Amino acid sequence: MNFTFTEDQLLFQESVRDFLVNEVTAESIRALWEADTGRSDALWQQLTELGLTAMTVPEAMGGLGMTALDFILIAQECGYVALPAPLVHIALVVVPLLDQLSGDSGEAIKQQWLPAIAEGRAKVMVGLEQNVFVEDAHTADLLILQKGQALYALTPEQFSYTLNESVDPSRKLYSISWQTSDANLIAEAEQAQCLIDGAMNRGALGVAAEALGLSQRMVDMTVSYTADRQQFGKPIGSFQAVKHLMANVAVKLEFAKTPVYKAAYAVAEQLPSANVNVSHAKLAATEVAQLAARNTMQCHGAMGYTWEVDLQIFMKKAWVYNNAWGVVAWHQGRVNDFVFADQAAIGAGSTFVA
Amino acid sequence: MDLNYTEQQVAFRAEVRQWLADNVPAEPLSSFDTAEGFQAHREWEAKLYEGHWGMITWPEVMGGRGADLLQWLIFEEEYYAAGAPLRVNQNGIFLLGPTMMEYGTEAQKQRFLTGMATGKDIWCQAWSEPNAGSDMAAISAKAELSNDGQHYIINGQKTWSTRAVWADWAFGMFRTDPESERHRGLSFILVPLDLEGITVRPIPQLDGLPGFAEIFFDNVKVPVDCLLGEEGKGWSVAMATAGFERGLMLRSPARFQQAAKRLVELYKENQATADADPAVKNAVLKAYMDAEAYTLLTYQTACRLVQGGKIGPESSTNKIFWSELDRDMHATAMSILGARAELLAHAPAAENVGNWLDGWLFSQSGPIYAGTNEIQRNIIAERMLGMPR
Repeated sequence: MNFTFTEDQLLFQESVRDFLVNEVTAESIRALWEADTGRSDALWQQLTELGLTAMTVPEAMGGLGMTALDFILIAQECGYVALPAPLVHIALVVVPLLDQLSGDSGEAIKQQWLPAIAEGRAKVMVGLEQNVFVEDAHTADLLILQKGQALYALTPEQFSYTLNESVDPSRKLYSISWQTSDANLIAEAEQAQCLIDGAMNRGALGVAAEALGLSQRMVDMTVSYTADRQQFGKPIGSFQAVKHLMANVAVKLEFAKTPVYKAAYAVAEQLPSANVNVSHAKLAATEVAQLAARNTMQCHGAMGYTWEVDLQIFMKKAWVYNNAWGVVAWHQGRVNDFVFADQAAIGAGSTFVA
Repeated sequence: MDLNYTEQQVAFRAEVRQWLADNVPAEPLSSFDTAEGFQAHREWEAKLYEGHWGMITWPEVMGGRGADLLQWLIFEEEYYAAGAPLRVNQNGIFLLGPTMMEYGTEAQKQRFLTGMATGKDIWCQAWSEPNAGSDMAAISAKAELSNDGQHYIINGQKTWSTRAVWADWAFGMFRTDPESERHRGLSFILVPLDLEGITVRPIPQLDGLPGFAEIFFDNVKVPVDCLLGEEGKGWSVAMATAGFERGLMLRSPARFQQAAKRLVELYKENQATADADPAVKNAVLKAYMDAEAYTLLTYQTACRLVQGGKIGPESSTNKIFWSELDRDMHATAMSILGARAELLAHAPAAENVGNWLDGWLFSQSGPIYAGTNEIQRNIIAERMLGMPR
């Protein structure tokens, strides 16, 4: 029993955080809001050079062969800076999905796309029906789209897209017009369902980890703001009413982290408990992110309601993650099915056994 | 990261489970806030000690097993799953014991630790005073050194001392330097409760039982060898008592996991009526998830400590989390029980409803004792987040 990260994992997290905090600033994010695609090729190049696009790609395909557990702390840091790039989506959702494809056509897709992803030459995005919209379709070199119990792979000339602007200006959501065709079919029936379920789990896991980072960032910004802002002749952060709003976030955040790490482990080890663990993680992490958004905005006063203050970059992402990769009721339903089943393995001693 | 128990841990769990199956009383003991229940719990502690289960993390020479924190968590899981009695000597073994190992003299360890673990000496705490509650540094009860230097002469009043009515000893802080202010000049002193000049006045709690008491000291002569740590350094000794590892031991996650499991069962038995309020099911679900989250974080912390890591200020989030979890889950149980929720355990139509009422009452005290949750929030904001004082 060892529920800790290795020294190496923690050091890598730290170096990625240092890089991201320096490179992905509020100014650079706001600049991208004004840019054509809202995405930066230069940033993607930097992420590639750090090895982040290759992390989860198998070694045989030119990657580092790491798991969801290895990547989870990186996903958390991506949330901390509100990374305006689909790194978590590609590393956690797309790469394992492609890697699980089988048959001749599956092998061909893997050979073509996995090395290209690792080298930062290609972006592949997944569109599942449950998410309604497809993220970053405009810069994707390949889309994997779900239709019922089947998955299709489409190159850009095979679909057209319409932007649906989100409250979070960094988020690029598209409706896709496309036709199914046997030539594009990459998985169907049970196999497709298995890929879809796995992708949902990993997508929710990624969002949960990002939500932890977002929450921490909102707390950090607000600690700093309330130390500077003076009223009644004192920093407002010295008032208990303000402290307690922040402490409430800190408590929830502390207790949302380990469910996310347990879920990452369960996904990486393909434990039978993965669905329940992921849903618990998603619920806990997005709940703290909602509270963080609410309480940190409150501590900023009217400033928190402005376009100018950078809190919005993180707050809006926290809001939208509540419904991304499975709405709250869907995740609750999955935990319900486990907890309320006959002979459910719950109670003292059950946590690491189920 | 490897979330599998080792073979040794699995074997240890089996050993604990077997012993508990053979020894846990079939009928629950009466509340230890009654004279008869207190005695029964004391006898249970002696039995635990005989089996070397009294305090497994203590060294073998002190009646323990030298177990690590992970074994401790496993032990607690089995203990709560078996429905074993609450620990009447928890002030001694969970709070004073570890403090004494750090600050006590060899003679004090020899003298006190075994009695603590066997249940021969039951300890109560003596911190709060009528004018020193959340503001513990306002303590005014005095302990003055006698002219011959052999005794402290204690005068003053302590209050909210849990189990003081039947306890044998008290530990707490007294002002040894009459000129001192705030947290300087306080000393950590152990006091036998049968000394002349001590009056213990029971205070009935919300359930009507004398679960805590006031203690009056009128020229009480306590031998100087009852000083723990240095004179005037009581504040740092007390902070160690309040430290996390003890907190971790005081409220094991297993306790809340079992309560959440019982809540799930209660919901299932009453689902038809409970579902009339759709919020109830989600509250039950939340109880389960929060108990799991508390377990996960405790395991992570224990793993870090076993590897030589240190506890950080983030540990101050614990007390708020478990106390509010406990309160919320009992509130949910009350909702499910509906009209019967208010019945006392011995009411003819109570069936087993009364246990939930007892739990509900006790859960109301959680956000207050061991440092109110508002004080904890201040600590989190200042020491963990670094907000200005």
